[in-house]
Amino acid sequence: MSSQALVEIRDVNFAYDSRPILKGVNLTFPKGKVIAVMGGSGCGKTTLLQLIGGALKPSRGYVKIDGQVIHKLDHKGLYLMRRRMGMLFQFGALFTDMSVYDNVAFQMREHTDLPEEIIRDLVLMKLNAVGLRGTHHLMPAELSGGMARRVALARTVALDPKLIMYDEPFAGLDPISLSVVGNLIRSLNDALGATSVVVTHDVQESLKIVDYIYFIADGVVVAEGTPAEIRSSDKPFVHQFVHGEMDGPVPFHYPSSNYEQDLNLRPGR
Amino acid sequence: MTTVENLRFLGRRIVNAVWRIGYASRFFIMILFYSGTSFRRFHLTIKELFSSGVMSLIIILVAGTFVGMVLGLQGYETLKRYGAESALGSLVALSLVRELGPVLAALLFASRAGSAMTAEIGLMKATEQISAMEMMAISPMARLVAPRFWAGVISMPLLSALFSAMGVFGGYVVGVVLIGVDQGSFWSQMQAGVDFQHDIVNGMIKSFVFGVAVTAIALFEGYDAPPTAEGVSGATTRTVVESSLTILFLDFILTAFMFQGGVV
Repeated sequence: MSSQALVEIRDVNFAYDSRPILKGVNLTFPKGKVIAVMGGSGCGKTTLLQLIGGALKPSRGYVKIDGQVIHKLDHKGLYLMRRRMGMLFQFGALFTDMSVYDNVAFQMREHTDLPEEIIRDLVLMKLNAVGLRGTHHLMPAELSGGMARRVALARTVALDPKLIMYDEPFAGLDPISLSVVGNLIRSLNDALGATSVVVTHDVQESLKIVDYIYFIADGVVVAEGTPAEIRSSDKPFVHQFVHGEMDGPVPFHYPSSNYEQDLNLRPGR
Repeated sequence: MTTVENLRFLGRRIVNAVWRIGYASRFFIMILFYSGTSFRRFHLTIKELFSSGVMSLIIILVAGTFVGMVLGLQGYETLKRYGAESALGSLVALSLVRELGPVLAALLFASRAGSAMTAEIGLMKATEQISAMEMMAISPMARLVAPRFWAGVISMPLLSALFSAMGVFGGYVVGVVLIGVDQGSFWSQMQAGVDFQHDIVNGMIKSFVFGVAVTAIALFEGYDAPPTAEGVSGATTRTVVESSLTILFLDFILTAFMFQGGVV
């Protein structure tokens, strides 16, 4: 990972009330790369995206984007920084009272003074890039899950962001939509010269499209590497995750009291 | 539970209540702070005026007519005992513009438009639409909340006026057309009995205050709703209950200030 870093996360700690989520994580996202952040449910992946977006503040450490510490920015500075970011939410988060066209045009209308004719051309170009130019007149409720995710992707890149964040972009998609969305993440990143962070559980799809992978467990980075390094890794956690094994460093059972005691079973019965 | 646990529970409830009042006050100040957009881009407010004001017209007009008709019937029955049927117009109009118009229109507005506002904002939060807007560097307070607030504040006095107007019409239909009270007495008594400044303006002030209260409560409950189906339904219920109680409480306070000269 030699390229210049767009995002630097150093010694970041974060807790919800007294429950620690991140305990000193260090990650680097170089410019132009697609990075995956993986880990079990509740390991703090989405929290990490919220820290990068400035929605949360770390209790220790910092997130730096293009040299600026996010949690030290004032409201105006944060909003200026966010105009250079795009985020795809888990289920798209399309505005349900607006058509597909208006969803994609939303940021252009809010942040620029472009005439409506130019906005129209830009919206159609963005929708064409995700293969959904013909849906511009539809409402979000009329779209399938995969289509909604692609429209949300078009909206995310509406203003050509430098940093694109994806929160579980593959969740709940059929294999075809999953592959389409995966390829779009890669191609849009390369076309825009952006940097992408993909938070996901989907190991196989991610290994196909990303440049580098971080694994998070128990609030720390437990493994990292290129897709080839991850595939050949013999670290127990990575092996369990990549091969989807039921038991390993991540236990199948949530911590609980003695099973026999819970069932009121006495020895010998 | 032991006494200490009871005290701890009570203390926690009080702290939570104080915290919530503080949060709601901050929310209200934020609405005012971000209100510039609602007037600079007035089309956003007009869109909300349609959904909260125009879409409430049917229930307001129909309810106003029936309330006026009931007032006509009951008023006639009471006034007849004293041989004062001719004062029916005055009684109907004063009841409506001073009290029933602002209060009932506000209660109906809270049930119809307030609950819709809460559900809409709550669902937008639950489906991450508000977070998406934040991440686009667009303030949800300026873009979503403030236009809805001002739409509610503007539409409430207008709806209240329409409620009263339809009520007077309903009273006229029952009193003059059906029962046969003299038409000239009905209108002249009304004209003589209703003072523009004292009755109509004060009624409008009441409905403006109710509009501020109902809309602020509805928006706060939606914005503060837990992002679950149960959370949104609970917030919608709270909007109707809190708004109704607030309207009745504020009505008592405002009436005490506005009309005390006539009562005491």
